Amino acid sequence: MKKVKADPKGVLTGAHYFDGDYALAEGALAAGCRFFAGYPITPSTETAERFSERIPYVGGVFIQMEDELGSIAALIGASWGGKKVMTVTSGPGFSLMMENIGLACMMETPLVIANVQRGGPSTGLPTLTGQQDMMQVKWGSHGDYEIIALSPDSPQECFDLTIEAFNLSEIYRVPAFVMTDECVGHMHEKVVIPPAEEIELVERKWYKGPKDKYLPYKPDNDMIPFMVKAGDGYRFHTTGLTHDERGYPVINAECQDVCVRHLVDKIKMNADKIIRIEENQTDTAEIVVISYGITSRVTTRAVHKAKKAGIKIGTIRLITIWPFPEKRIKELAKTIKAFIVPEINYGQVVLEVERCAKGQAPVIHVPHCGGWVHDPVDIFNAIKEASK
Amino acid sequence: MKDFEMKEEDRDEKNDPDDARHPDDVHPDDESHPMEELLRMDRIPHIWCPGCGIGTVVTSFVEALRKSEIDLDKTAVVSGIGCSGRVAGYIKLDSFHTTHGRAVPFATGLKLANPELKVVVFSGDGDIAGIGGNHLIHAARRNMDLMIICVNNFNYAMTGGQVAATTPTGANASTAPYGNFEYPFSLPYLAEASGATYVARWTALHLRRVTKSIQEAFGKRGFSFIEVITPCVTLYARRNRLGDGLNLLKYYYEKSEIQHGADTRTLDISYQGKLTVGKFVDKEKPTFLDCMNEHLARVLGDKYRFYGVSHD
Repeated sequence: MKKVKADPKGVLTGAHYFDGDYALAEGALAAGCRFFAGYPITPSTETAERFSERIPYVGGVFIQMEDELGSIAALIGASWGGKKVMTVTSGPGFSLMMENIGLACMMETPLVIANVQRGGPSTGLPTLTGQQDMMQVKWGSHGDYEIIALSPDSPQECFDLTIEAFNLSEIYRVPAFVMTDECVGHMHEKVVIPPAEEIELVERKWYKGPKDKYLPYKPDNDMIPFMVKAGDGYRFHTTGLTHDERGYPVINAECQDVCVRHLVDKIKMNADKIIRIEENQTDTAEIVVISYGITSRVTTRAVHKAKKAGIKIGTIRLITIWPFPEKRIKELAKTIKAFIVPEINYGQVVLEVERCAKGQAPVIHVPHCGGWVHDPVDIFNAIKEASK
Repeated sequence: MKDFEMKEEDRDEKNDPDDARHPDDVHPDDESHPMEELLRMDRIPHIWCPGCGIGTVVTSFVEALRKSEIDLDKTAVVSGIGCSGRVAGYIKLDSFHTTHGRAVPFATGLKLANPELKVVVFSGDGDIAGIGGNHLIHAARRNMDLMIICVNNFNYAMTGGQVAATTPTGANASTAPYGNFEYPFSLPYLAEASGATYVARWTALHLRRVTKSIQEAFGKRGFSFIEVITPCVTLYARRNRLGDGLNLLKYYYEKSEIQHGADTRTLDISYQGKLTVGKFVDKEKPTFLDCMNEHLARVLGDKYRFYGVSHD
């Protein structure tokens, strides 16, 4: 993994008062993203607007595509053209991108997609919040594959995690997602952008060997194949079909096993390196609240109240959603009384917590169908009930 | 069907001294494939049916690659899905076999990320004009610097001969078992109306004319669209009892009439009817990147960072 410093051209060093959507765009520019293809969709559009405003001064391309199918296809093409690339969308646009998210996984293409989630299904609540695409981001495209998804809880984290998403995407040659929501996307807060030399980036794992020896899908020792870009004279081939190390289609069960196992294992086997969670007082806790994104901020008040009521409470904030931090949940399930999982959907991440708890600790869901955040009282009541 | 004869104007080009495939040039003991430098020989034999016209278009494309003075290391081929979508897999250049309908936006991203590339989209009518029709018109509207080679075999062949946006009214298809009652697209009309700066149509047997059109398109910047009518022997021809591939290839050729500069509004294709072929549009217009650079430099002045390859 070759680490490099950020290019100062894209880094707007200083303290700013931004909403989350703007912070996503600034994070992308700081991370070296120089190609953005997008389609307007509430509540994510401000990211595209910000990028289109800034990129002429930085050097790169913004293109507003004809639809989200085009945006994601252009992203994959541009990534193979050698650029760091990003798009932003929300529910309906995210659904349209699903097929080519599979292509990006299959072609092992680094790219970043931010989803500023709104309430669904269908057109749902365009202007109001939701956390309802948390399973879709993992399972939405057909077939077996793994992706990386992060969840920021503030505009500052929209900036920070976008940079992290670019780094992870480059390291593992996989699409990385910043799964934020309307509340964080439209929340204005202080965002501090550090000097360029303090922003550490990962350079793409470029192949430099002899041209006739290049195999685009031969895993290196770290499981990740080297990459080249179109125009460098390697005359390589890549396809969405099941393929061998040469990138040539091979339509049989044996090749499928090697190809798909690789796509899954390169993330699963590196999960410990990827996963980041924030734990608070879980060592002494009887009740642990697991939350992410805006809901983790709403949870703070409920936890405060629970502490005052004398309940032994701890929290886990999921920064990485996928790969899911199953080891830690499994460990905790053995020692605690119950998990409480509030989220703005009717039961998504809670299913993963249940899977990992394996019946060793009850898992209590605090659902919300979207449109607004939880009332902290609802979360507190669930905590109180579980502590009895 | 009467004996087949090459038309006079095509026969003249048969003696093209640049034609590397001229029989006199090939030594009888030479077992190498005449196009092996540009084909992935480790993937041959290809999947196309005997009598299919796609291979012929690939031959014309390879000829054009050889004859055009372009840097082949800077030339990329993008295909979608379908019989013609397999072309990218056989061409020994940077080549991308993408998803159904998305070859054009994929190529758009590739070109914009690395503007020194010549990017060719090689795919079929269903891929480019059916499922991908929206991308086609928008890429043409933007005058994206791409060359589109659209093989039109009048049906969805890979999936078994279903009706397409290009199936002539009255033709039979597996999902139009009583005949197609819809109006088909006229692809050159669609391309020109959308903003393409080069538009041509040929049949697969117009080998040298297809080659020449591709060469011309390589010599241009902007959105080029080349439609090539090909026989689908296994499905379209069989269902409609149109004879074998070679017969149909000849039929299309003989039914074609060259009318360079023809009004693209007059290019509808009727079932087994006359085919107007030729070069219909050949004009110059700034490309997407030209417009972007020119406009932003004018509005933002010295602060604007020029992007891509300068063509001054």
